[in-house]
Amino acid sequence: MSETLPSEAQPAPPTAAEPGRDDRNISGVPIRLDGVTKRYPGQDVPAVDDVTLEIAAGETVMFVGPSGCGKTTLLKMINRLIEPTGGRIHLGDEDVTDQDPDRLRRRIGYVIQAGGLFPHMTVATNIGLVPKMLKWDDARVAARVDELLDLVGLDPDQYRDRYPRELSGGQQQRVGVARALAADPPVLLMDEPFGAVDPITRQRLQDELIRIQEELGKTIVFVTHDFDEAVKLGDRIVVFDVGARVVQYDTPERILADPAEEYVADFVGAGATLKQLTLTRVGDVDLLQPTTATVGSDAAAAVAAAQAAGDDYVVVLDRRGRPISWPTLAELTRSPTIPDTVDERLPVVGMRSTLNDALDTMLAASQGGVVVTGRRESLAGVMAVETVMAAIQRTRSGAAG
Amino acid sequence: MWDYVVERRGLIAFQAFQHVSLVVQCVLLGSLLAVALAVLVYRNPTATSAANGFSAVGLTVPSFALLGILLAPFGFGITPAVIAITFYAALPVLRNAVVGLAGVDRSLVESARGIGMSRVRTLLRVELPLAWPVILAGIRVSTQMVMGIAAIAAYVLGPGLGGFIFSGLSRLGGANALNSTLTGTIAIVLLALVLDLLLVLVGRLTTPRGIRV
Repeated sequence: MSETLPSEAQPAPPTAAEPGRDDRNISGVPIRLDGVTKRYPGQDVPAVDDVTLEIAAGETVMFVGPSGCGKTTLLKMINRLIEPTGGRIHLGDEDVTDQDPDRLRRRIGYVIQAGGLFPHMTVATNIGLVPKMLKWDDARVAARVDELLDLVGLDPDQYRDRYPRELSGGQQQRVGVARALAADPPVLLMDEPFGAVDPITRQRLQDELIRIQEELGKTIVFVTHDFDEAVKLGDRIVVFDVGARVVQYDTPERILADPAEEYVADFVGAGATLKQLTLTRVGDVDLLQPTTATVGSDAAAAVAAAQAAGDDYVVVLDRRGRPISWPTLAELTRSPTIPDTVDERLPVVGMRSTLNDALDTMLAASQGGVVVTGRRESLAGVMAVETVMAAIQRTRSGAAG
Repeated sequence: MWDYVVERRGLIAFQAFQHVSLVVQCVLLGSLLAVALAVLVYRNPTATSAANGFSAVGLTVPSFALLGILLAPFGFGITPAVIAITFYAALPVLRNAVVGLAGVDRSLVESARGIGMSRVRTLLRVELPLAWPVILAGIRVSTQMVMGIAAIAAYVLGPGLGGFIFSGLSRLGGANALNSTLTGTIAIVLLALVLDLLLVLVGRLTTPRGIRV
């Protein structure tokens, strides 16, 4: 299973425009829609009218557009949950338009809002459904379940035997993604998967998806009504109008910079200059390197080090190097050693988060900065609100000039 | 009355066994038929309301009358009793099975189809398990109801505790007539309670932890 190898050989900070495309490991296949049409009986106008679209292997393509524009219908025609009334659908070199739909769907991951988990089955059973249908033996299914739970950031020992209702919304969504990836399908279809979770959780899930996608390189088709989400996650965005008419199909940068029609400009919204913030990743800006201390070490030494560096706080790391809190020096002097309390409200973003996310996270936590984590949730640095402000200033003056 | 019961304990025990056996078998058969019918109709609104109407009207048919009507083609004995009891047993289950299946979240069904489960597999692995608590509630109602109806089966000379009730009623005023009727009635009530407890236990054992309330 080559796709699960951590891609250690990846280039250092990839640029926002083309995320390390050439060196990426791609396990996806291209999707080709050729004149796909869906006409419902009794309706004059087709819901999807003659759409031709090519999606490159390993790309994340976002479908955006107003509700009722046919984007979800088009998505569901790719795995034939909705049968097209015309046109052909190709996965890779294969024409799948007339294949047995059940067999086809076992090769296409499908994620819906809230994960669509079956409440009467445990997490492990849910994830193992497709491999079981493909007649994998039990040991292989169990190993795959643990591997996937690990991939989506859930501890297998803790979560394997839980039922969906014993999980938070974000955890359910992670399990939903794990289930979709279970049989290692080349294509992943996601139908507004993060629509039902709170903004902070959604942002973490998006970061996770970016990370997973960097490891796996699936071909992902993702329907959303949130343009910011599309800009953040998409390698390319398709903007649809009624009847699933493709108005523009391009990279986020070019859609923001050069909307094809007034319709797209309207859809992108008036805040397009600020939306450029969505294009800048946390990993693209200079991060501050704070004073750190490991749980259980001497507090006085940490305080002294911070004072020497001119910091008024210390980032506490657990034994695996993950940030768990950032107490002020005054708080630290109260105990002899560094406490192991986990600050549940610690504002954390990943390297692939956007400046927009970072600002959101700061505001939600009422803090003037965020802790940034890199690979395996280890500390990458700290970003101050001033950095975001500077970026806003830059894009504004850029837009003015 | 105590002496009456002790003297006839063998017969009472035998008839009680016959009664329970008749009820359990008819409820099983009725539930299977009802769930099968529900599976056929629940996705079609017209058929669903027809099934609901059928189960509502069916329950208003007096059991005495139905047994009487069945006498003509089938004569006295076990056959008309089984047909009538199965008929009544199926009705509450039919209604609950339709409600239960229709109540399964459509997005879960779509999710099942979306990951490649066939129609039949979706029904067996997702829809029926999720509807099961509602179906089982219907089976409990129908078991209670049919315990009483099975007593009337004695009218067509079917097996069970109804014999005590009918023989008592036919000799009302005579020796042990009241004892006989009371014995039959009380035994039926007690057995009904026991069966209900068993069904609660079955519910506990067969409802997955993830959907237990």
